[in-house]
Amino acid sequence: MAIIERPTETPALAGATGVVVTPASSYGYFRRPVHSSGWKSWAFTVDHKKIGIMYGAAALVFFFIGGFEALLIRAQLARPDGTILSADKYNQMFTMHATTMVFLFVMPMAAAFANYMMPLQIGARDVAFPRLNALSFWTFIFGGIFINTSWFLGGAADGGWFMYAPNSSVPFSPTNGVDFWTLGLLMTGIASQVGAVNLIVTALNMRAPGMTLMRMPIFTWMALVVQFLLLFAIPIITVALFLLLFQRNFDATFFSVADGADPLLWQHLFWLFGHPEVYILVLPSFGIISEVLPTFARKPLFGYPFVVFSGAAIGLVGFGVWAHHMFAAGLGPISVAVFSVATMAIAVPTGVKIINWTLTLWGGKLWFSTAMLFAIGLIVQFTIGGLSGVTHAVAPSDTQQTDTYYIVAHFHYVIFGGAVLGLFAGMYYWWPKVFGKMLNEKWGRWNFWLMIIGMNLTFGPMHIVGLQGQPRRMYVWTENRAGEGFFNIGFWNLVATIGSFVLGIGALLFLVNIWVSRKNPPAPADPWDARSLEWITTNPPKEHNFDRIPTVHALDEFFHRKYEDVGVDGQHDYKQVRTGEQVVAEEEAHAEAHIHLPSPSYWPIILAFGMLVIAYGVIYSTLLLAAGAAIAILALFGWALEPPTADDSEFDPPSSDGGQPSKELAHV
Amino acid sequence: MSETTIEPPVTSEAEPAIPAGYDDGQDHIGLAHHTTTGLSNTKLAMWLFLGSECLLFGGLISTYMLYRNRQGNAIGPDQLWDIPFTSATSFVLLMSSLTMVLSVSAAKRKDERGTRLWLTVTALLGGLFLAGQVYEFTVFYREGLGYTTSLFSSSFYTLTGFHGVHVAVGIIMLLSLVGMLAKGRIVGDKAETVEMVGLYWHFVDVVWIVIFTLVYLIPA
Repeated sequence: MAIIERPTETPALAGATGVVVTPASSYGYFRRPVHSSGWKSWAFTVDHKKIGIMYGAAALVFFFIGGFEALLIRAQLARPDGTILSADKYNQMFTMHATTMVFLFVMPMAAAFANYMMPLQIGARDVAFPRLNALSFWTFIFGGIFINTSWFLGGAADGGWFMYAPNSSVPFSPTNGVDFWTLGLLMTGIASQVGAVNLIVTALNMRAPGMTLMRMPIFTWMALVVQFLLLFAIPIITVALFLLLFQRNFDATFFSVADGADPLLWQHLFWLFGHPEVYILVLPSFGIISEVLPTFARKPLFGYPFVVFSGAAIGLVGFGVWAHHMFAAGLGPISVAVFSVATMAIAVPTGVKIINWTLTLWGGKLWFSTAMLFAIGLIVQFTIGGLSGVTHAVAPSDTQQTDTYYIVAHFHYVIFGGAVLGLFAGMYYWWPKVFGKMLNEKWGRWNFWLMIIGMNLTFGPMHIVGLQGQPRRMYVWTENRAGEGFFNIGFWNLVATIGSFVLGIGALLFLVNIWVSRKNPPAPADPWDARSLEWITTNPPKEHNFDRIPTVHALDEFFHRKYEDVGVDGQHDYKQVRTGEQVVAEEEAHAEAHIHLPSPSYWPIILAFGMLVIAYGVIYSTLLLAAGAAIAILALFGWALEPPTADDSEFDPPSSDGGQPSKELAHV
Repeated sequence: MSETTIEPPVTSEAEPAIPAGYDDGQDHIGLAHHTTTGLSNTKLAMWLFLGSECLLFGGLISTYMLYRNRQGNAIGPDQLWDIPFTSATSFVLLMSSLTMVLSVSAAKRKDERGTRLWLTVTALLGGLFLAGQVYEFTVFYREGLGYTTSLFSSSFYTLTGFHGVHVAVGIIMLLSLVGMLAKGRIVGDKAETVEMVGLYWHFVDVVWIVIFTLVYLIPA
């Protein structure tokens, strides 16, 4: 019988045999929150699983907001001289579409998976700093809401997601939109930065016994690489955002060309962040499908070390290719040559991964579940995007294509075909793990095929209209310059618009699927015959994740507990000796006596709220700013004075009365 | 919840037999470490945070280096710098690193009085440095270097201002630490908490060495 040591009102998720111990005293300014149900149990939670779910739900909402913005853009461009959006609204629309999709959908959705899965995959009870984790989430969600309120407060940002200065200075963008954008991204940046530190420490320090680095599940590896990218890329965009903020609000001169400012400064700072950002978006999905493909091919991942190190190589080289976004800026032949070569070089580790995935499928007993379809979809679509990407490494060709729809086609194949399809694969794969129910496979197939057909109809024709010279970010195109025959951009624009609506319907089917699957029976413990550690616990996992911290003996630990090698003479032949249920039951039978869990806290959400007030204060009033700062400072001190977990002696009965030592949690 | 609901702790039973052919993971089993790497979580997190701070100051310093000679017709660094004065305040800041070390060492010896004393001295030296910076900014402003005067002035004030804010945050942390130590409100390992603030403080000092060299010592 395990004693779950987390202050709660009622013994909720602790398992049928658990006993919940309530702390005898309180700390800090207030009593600790002790809610185990209702909205308060979510608002003040520090449980990485609840935070992961909230990240995912918020990201999904932003996905549909961003998608709606994209549909407006496509509706505007369906016919010549479109009238649905004004030029000004069109600028805001493409800026916010990209900002929403990049910062408010893909990044937080990847954070959702990393948050939820990483501790489970390495056999930990939570992340290293549970309260910082809550802070990350609340700062992100407040930042996202903050940016989107600009729609109702004078207009959103209109300078493109790259927000090139001086074009984003006050004379060219007089509304508060850019300020909302800047401050909002500073907030989501804080969220990513805090999350990066937290998850790196988690992956390096919180692993279960036997979980060496080269036994870490591949998703955790890729998430770890991404956190390093965030750790070093976010501060660079932070500098750029501060410069822009000071330029616009305090009349600083960084981007005043009249004073001799260099317009390349913003470009360098932005893309030095912006290119690693591309890998920040796509590597988590690479990790996800590297879990999905072996599971549904019934084979181990081909060349696990290659996938690990090519991921790390992508992360490293990703910091050395940023200027390929600036080939048209006139950097000079040496810079262009260097960045050309570096860009071609980064295609190598990416290609290694594609080979690994293909060879994982080779000779496998393929099971085409929806998750598998999305994973295979990623390989195909991302490869198309990767190939058009290599054409951009050739600087002369890139100069021709810069600022045309060809670029739009390329990066949508990479981001949508790479990142988004992978995230959907992850949702179908881990849905039973997270919610204890399967998603409907039939609706899943419709979801998948409409999205795939939709995306190819939308982004495929953009290659053609781009090579024909249709510029990006133009709010209309005219009939008399549309061209003739096969290359008539009018026809292809219409196709792209129809495709985007197919894609939109396909994405909506995911929501339909969630709805129709809500009453599905409980999922089996091991629905996919999976391989990694997160499945050695119940669906959904208990609040404390594992009854006993599993001891790891191999990569694909769960697989090796289920199957034994009965091959002879060096031949491998695996025979099932246990079911997944039996493996989970075996762990439950050896539950630890005492399990410390971090305690919920008010401070993360209060601190994040303080930052939100500060952000509004910067735009509207010094008084508001001071109020926000006061809230934030109060929260910081409350936080510092509150122990992350109640002390042993504060539990009744005291938890230090012998027993199995539990997995130690961090003291923040 | 009564004591009687607790069953005796499960004694460790034999691990299930390790299937042949793969590593038994002995390298991590049975070690008394709290963490996988043996480093404490807080310390690792602090180092990671400082690593990312390098990039923040890297960006600001690059901006300054790009614009250091772009003052137009306005006043420039050559007419402004008072190297002896700034050297003196820099010396004060560097000495505060020494007192910080003394404080960490006292904390490790569990000498609470010494810890509080040296933390206070460190905060005072930091405050002296900040006062010097405020004085310097005031002088520059009177000589005609406003925040919006030139590219040079904007980037100079932004870079040194960001550093100053870091020092100010450090001072707040030091003084809070003194207060929390006095009231016995430190959570967890006291010596480690002092050491963490120390790491931050040393980082801010090291950044100043870079800024002082690049901004003040290299001739325009």
